[in-house]
Parts: sequence; C-alpha cells; structure tokens
Amino acid sequence: MTPIAVSIVGALASFSLVLVVLELIRSRRLRERYALLWLLTGLMLTALSAWREGLNTIAGWLGVRSYPPAVLFAAGILFLMAVLLHYATVISRLSDQNVLLAQRLALLEQQLEGDARDAG
Amino acid sequence: MTETAVASRGAADLAGLAELRRVAIVPALNEEHAVPRVIDELRAFDPGLDIVVVDDGSVDRTAEVAAAKGARVLRLPFNLGIGGAVQTGFRFAFENGYDLVLRVDGDGQHDPTQLAAVLEPVLRGDADIAIGSRFAAEATGYRSSRTRRVGIRLLAWVVSRIVGQRVTDTTSGFQVLNRKGIALFARDYPHDYPEVEATVMVFRHRLRLCEVPVSMRERGGGRSSITTLRSIYYMIKVLLAIFIGLFRRNVVPHEEVR
Repeated sequence: MTPIAVSIVGALASFSLVLVVLELIRSRRLRERYALLWLLTGLMLTALSAWREGLNTIAGWLGVRSYPPAVLFAAGILFLMAVLLHYATVISRLSDQNVLLAQRLALLEQQLEGDARDAG
Repeated sequence: MTETAVASRGAADLAGLAELRRVAIVPALNEEHAVPRVIDELRAFDPGLDIVVVDDGSVDRTAEVAAAKGARVLRLPFNLGIGGAVQTGFRFAFENGYDLVLRVDGDGQHDPTQLAAVLEPVLRGDADIAIGSRFAAEATGYRSSRTRRVGIRLLAWVVSRIVGQRVTDTTSGFQVLNRKGIALFARDYPHDYPEVEATVMVFRHRLRLCEVPVSMRERGGGRSSITTLRSIYYMIKVLLAIFIGLFRRNVVPHEEVR
C-alpha cells in the first residue's frame, strides 16, 4: 500500500497545480488552448494520489507489487512528456510563422521604399 | 428580446442607415467560389456599403477574386483561425472610424437580403449587437451534423443561464454591431470558436444584445472548418473559457479609447 504521506503530499501538490493553472488562465497569462493538457495532468495526478485503492489496483494490473507510488511517477512522467511534445509542435509552428512574418515585413518595407522613391 | 421575422428588404428602406459609415466584414478561408457571390449580394443589398474580405491564409484564389470584385482585402500571412481573422476586421473598422459593422461569413451561408432585419434593432438604438439566429423562431434551411447541433444547443443553454437572457444561437457569425460593439471586439475577442465567449463578454461589458430570427443557407462551397472531434474539443475549451471568464474583473463598460 502507498504510504499515507505520499498520498497526501501528492494530492496537495497536484491540486495546487490545477489551481495555479486556473489562475494563470484567469489573469490571461495562459491561453485555454495550452492549458487543457496541464489541467488534465493536474486532475489525473490528483485523482491517482487521493484515490489510494485505485492506485493500488492499477499498480496490480501493471504488475507493480512492491511500491504502488511508482505508478504515480510513471503517470506524471507520461503526462509531462505529452505536454513537452505538444510544446515542441507549438514552437515549430511559431517559428514557421515568425519566418513568414519577417519575410512579409521585408517585402513590405521594400515596397514602401519603392513607393516613396516614386513619389519623391 | 426577439425581433419578428420580416420579408427581405433592401438597405434603402432602413431609416438612418445612409448617414452611417458602414462596412461588411467577410472572413473567408479557401472560399474562392463562394466569396464573389457574397460580395455581389452585399452590393445589391446596400451599394453604399464598404466591403472588407479578411483572407485567413487561404491557399486558393480567395484574395484575388475578392479584390477583382472590388472588395478591400486584408490578407493574413498565415491562418489565424476565425477569431483572429474576424478581429482583424473589427480592428480595421475601429481604426477607420466606421459606425457599423455587418459581419457576414464568406462561405455564403448568410443571406445578405436578411441583413435588413438584423440591422433594425441596432439602427433603432435598441441593441449594440444584433445576431441572426437560426433557432430564435421557426427559421429553416439550416442543417448540420447532429453532434454540432447538440453542442450548439448545450452552449446556448449554458450561456442563457449565465447572462440571464434567452440566447438561442451562440455560434452564429451573422451579426451587426454599432460603435460600442466594434470598440469592444477590436480590443478583446476570443480565439478559435469565438462567438460563444464573445456573447458572454458582451453581457459582462453591459452591452445590449438581441437576436433576430434568420434562416441560413447551405454552404456555397468549401468545407466547414469544424469536424466532430474538434467540436468536442472546442466544447470543452469554450466551457472552460466561459467558466474562467466569470472570475475576471474587467466588467466595467468599455469606453471608446484607442
């Protein structure tokens, strides 16, 4: 069985994560679209920490007999990897858009300078 | 407040419209086949209307055909999504001092001859934002996937409870806005699936909103940008956004400032 202290600390920490994410959305520092995975992570970990028998059962399914909290860590790592991969796709898109913006700007500047020369 | 449906009329029958500077904002993504007809119909409805097509990163000839029809084209360098595209139009209208924005989708599902009915409450000064609703009366002609209809109803119910006024169609992009509405949306407009959050925002800023029954047509071409799986994702996202929006402090009426 999971040590009770692990359950309590795990649940508190995960639930704080949920609250922090909600506050970040409220104060417009985090967009809903990027917050959903974080919320899912937080809620998942809260549930797994607080619901001790559930964690035990799932650990049993996975053949983890000696130390059920290992499943908690595994789930946490899995979700963090999902978040990171998501961010990698977001960064890729942003850098593509950034290139496009710089190119558009260069073309526009060139056009404006041309127009100014024609006028002068 | 719900208006009664009226037969289609031209803009000439509307008192007070001629003195106002008005612009149609037409968001379009890959709608080269539908957009020319939308522009023609808008002109036929009101020859004094400026028409701005916001091309949300189309890969077809949407921007060219719109420009050839004499519309102004705001060409976004990449796809921003409907919220970002429409807000570009609102910013244009705000910075160029327009009094009225008529928002009409570029896919041809909104019938410009019905704009007279949507314009009326705003022209009378009864509303800051008037929305053409498919469900406010026995409006006909609109068909869409079942998931989407259920979603639209559910969101309408949630929004109605929050704002304390019956709202039947929270996803309609067929809208008329006055200067107050333009100012609000130019400054702050939601992303992705914006109309639902925008409806709540309108009430939080103490603007007056009214629905007008309209019927919508089948899409004139192109594909809807929303699939079933995405509908569900958007639903969760929008509900989260509405819920959190309730805890934001910015409920003061927004004055016109740049």
